[in-house]
Amino acid sequence: MSIALAITALVSTWLATATSHGDDLEVSVYSARHYDVDRQLYERFTEATGIRVNVVSGKSDELLARLEQEANLSPADLFITVDAGRLYRAEQRGVFQPHDSTTLNARVPDELRHPDDLWIGLTRRARVIVASVDRVEAGVRLSYEDLVRPEWRGRVVIRSSSNIYNQSLVASMIEHAGPEAAEDWSRGLVANLARKPQGGDRDQIRAVAAGEGDVAIVNQYYLAQMMLGSSADREAASQVRVIFPNQDGRGTHVNISGAGLTRHAPNRDNAVRLLEFLLSDEAQRTLAEGTQEYPVVPGVILSPILANWGPFKADLINASMLGANNPEAVRVMDRAGWR
Amino acid sequence: MSPRDGDPPEHHTQVGRPEAQLPATQQPSVEIAAGGRNQLRSKQAKTGGWLWFAGCLVCAVVIASPLAVVIASLLHDSGGAWQHLVETRLSSYALNTAILVTGVCALSLALGVVPAWFVARFDFPGRPVLAWALVLPLAVPSYVAAYAVTDLLQFSGPIQTSLRSLTGWTAGEYWFPSARSLGGAIVILASTLYPYVYIASRIAFGGQCAAMSEAGRTLGLSSNGVLIRIALPLARPAIAAATMLVAMETIADFGAVEYCAVDTLTTGVYRAWFGLDSQVAAAQLSTLIVAIAVCLVAVEAVLRRRQRHYNTTSRCARDYRSTIAGWRGVALCAVCVLPVSLGFVIPVSRLVYLTREMPDPEGLGLVLRYGQNSLLLAVASGSIAAGVALVVVCAHRIRRQRASYIAKLVCRFGYALPGPVIAIGVLMLAASIDRWTHSAWRSVDGPLPTHQLGRTLTDLLFAYQSRFSGIAIGIIDGSMRSIGRSLDDSARSLGLSATGVVLRIHAPLVRRALLGGALLVFVDVVKELPATLMLRPFNFDTLAVRVYQLASEERLGEAATAALAIIAVGILPMVLVSREIDRGR
Repeated sequence: MSIALAITALVSTWLATATSHGDDLEVSVYSARHYDVDRQLYERFTEATGIRVNVVSGKSDELLARLEQEANLSPADLFITVDAGRLYRAEQRGVFQPHDSTTLNARVPDELRHPDDLWIGLTRRARVIVASVDRVEAGVRLSYEDLVRPEWRGRVVIRSSSNIYNQSLVASMIEHAGPEAAEDWSRGLVANLARKPQGGDRDQIRAVAAGEGDVAIVNQYYLAQMMLGSSADREAASQVRVIFPNQDGRGTHVNISGAGLTRHAPNRDNAVRLLEFLLSDEAQRTLAEGTQEYPVVPGVILSPILANWGPFKADLINASMLGANNPEAVRVMDRAGWR
Repeated sequence: MSPRDGDPPEHHTQVGRPEAQLPATQQPSVEIAAGGRNQLRSKQAKTGGWLWFAGCLVCAVVIASPLAVVIASLLHDSGGAWQHLVETRLSSYALNTAILVTGVCALSLALGVVPAWFVARFDFPGRPVLAWALVLPLAVPSYVAAYAVTDLLQFSGPIQTSLRSLTGWTAGEYWFPSARSLGGAIVILASTLYPYVYIASRIAFGGQCAAMSEAGRTLGLSSNGVLIRIALPLARPAIAAATMLVAMETIADFGAVEYCAVDTLTTGVYRAWFGLDSQVAAAQLSTLIVAIAVCLVAVEAVLRRRQRHYNTTSRCARDYRSTIAGWRGVALCAVCVLPVSLGFVIPVSRLVYLTREMPDPEGLGLVLRYGQNSLLLAVASGSIAAGVALVVVCAHRIRRQRASYIAKLVCRFGYALPGPVIAIGVLMLAASIDRWTHSAWRSVDGPLPTHQLGRTLTDLLFAYQSRFSGIAIGIIDGSMRSIGRSLDDSARSLGLSATGVVLRIHAPLVRRALLGGALLVFVDVVKELPATLMLRPFNFDTLAVRVYQLASEERLGEAATAALAIIAVGILPMVLVSREIDRGR
């Protein structure tokens, strides 16, 4: 009996603190970005505007499924996700509406936003090659295509093809060279692997540092975060160097995280205000500092680590194509035996 | 000596045949076999209890509905995704799953039954601590164990690194067992799941009458002989039920196998759904998983049917424990220490090391707040599951109809299904209910209902029931079976209604099982990730979600704080379960 009373008390206090307040000073976000810095930015937005930010974070595709099922009754105003492939998928499912904000469009370059304003980039990330300082000579220029040559046999590490970053990389190759070439490349890569694909991007960097492989393909911010991390991570990061691939050709594969206004957003205006805030110079700098990603707004100062790596040539492929080619990319990798 | 000599004496245990299988006209004879004395009363015992029967059917329909919704999407065309899966991946998914499940079950049996036997029958050094420590690995989520152990064993991990610096070996010059393999996944899953088997066998061994093993010993059986010829056969139904739980949880596991780089049917569901963008292909794979679950439940039901025991005397002297000292005692101790080390000590110490190195950046306050949410969901789900299980099990006990029997089985399939599959089923159902109430509201022109929080919280609790109530049902069912039917008959003949029998006879007698079932569901909910991630309300994060958030950024070190908090929340109920088992002796 006392337990039942305690539970009732717990539930009621908790409900009292957690229920929404019923006014319209709020904006609700489904986000596939889990960074602590995002939450800090939402808090700053609330301080500045008085608009509360409600968040459910989770896996992109699952949140999209939730958004679709809830349809016109969804409480979500914004859908934030990582990878252009997922923005494209959401756009195809018809969950977005145009934001129609000229302020927003003035801040972000064309290739990082949807032509009809259905979504807009928040940050950029580059998929780079990380090489051992001991076993790969300094100053060597590499392309993704170089890594399938025979001299790299048994020296490459990369994560599973289940990962969207690899899927988007292969999707960009399909766009540039066609599915056959992308499949040949995947086969060549699998043949050159030092080990079965496993772990995340940081694990690939650690594997190169420890000598299990000589080069890895990873998103650049993982390396930068490790350089600021625990002593073991800093030690591993000091064993490798970053190489921006394909600088003599189409440029390094770049992806984005981005946001779209949902079709049935109950708090449309607040959502646009939040987007404008997230694309302000201040928020862009905080995002870049917090996660070591590249800002999408030109002219915003980079984090010291990224600034130190210097400018690079990025592949200017239309981000939508990464999404359009995604299912084909998964099939290509399945056929190539890329786990 | 023939095996029959080892059979228990007739006056202590009677073996009845299953009534559910028999046509109604034969029921009275079963009552006799089951220890009943009066054929007339047996008829009376079956009347009444309509409310329980209806409740049971409602529970089954509700619990199975998310599953049914997902399977219904099979009727659509998968756009070639299924064909693609069959051509490229399906056979390896199926083979891996088969090896994984077989391996995990076999290893769990070894890690669970043997220590349970030692703890139940012998006094040896360390026994008092080991008796409850052996259940602790259940508090460790298998995905957490997986990342702690892979972190420890991988090429760049501390063990291999120090090995290399000691010997001067480099990559490829030596062999080292990899945690990221099928074998690694089997060991990791078995070492966190074996406590189901341990608990079941402990209860079974502890509840057996001394007279049976006495008889065995008198007839010349060694203590091993008693185990193999008497104790194990008697405990078989309980052990089979626990092993089925292990098998189902293994099939449904995503986190650990993903971490160990093993492709199973469940990782295939993710890939089909999110990679190939085919919800239909994902549903087809899920249906395959349901089919396997149906087979498992059927096998277990058959095992149970073949054998049933009632302790007809409520007072039967419990077996005593013999003392083993010296090196043999140390050996027993070592055997019991092994599973605890694998499933608890090693992962937890690695987590403690990691969290000291780099604690959660948001501090303990956040972890405590999330812990409160985890606790709330777990307490609510555990209590609901115990209630549901009581209704379902008792309804079948009273009515003994095919429908209630099937309902009882159906409730258990959800445990084998991957969390997201259940979650998407719940979403589909909730969305249509929402649309329906919405249009109803609009037609009366009233204000729109704003109950977002309440609704998604209900969705989440619903998903937990759909997935976990089978555990509670299994445990309470097992406990109920050890109560002789004659008790029901006597109570009814003394004028108690069906509800009276449930509330005043059954519920008090199975109260320990009720508590145990609730606690196991509690621990599972604290550990649960996929459905929580998908269905939770705004601004409502749990410990498991926190682990996921940091782990998805590959900040495993920082995730260790929340992971340890999950384990801490889970330890208390596990210790309670353990104490209950001890009290049962």
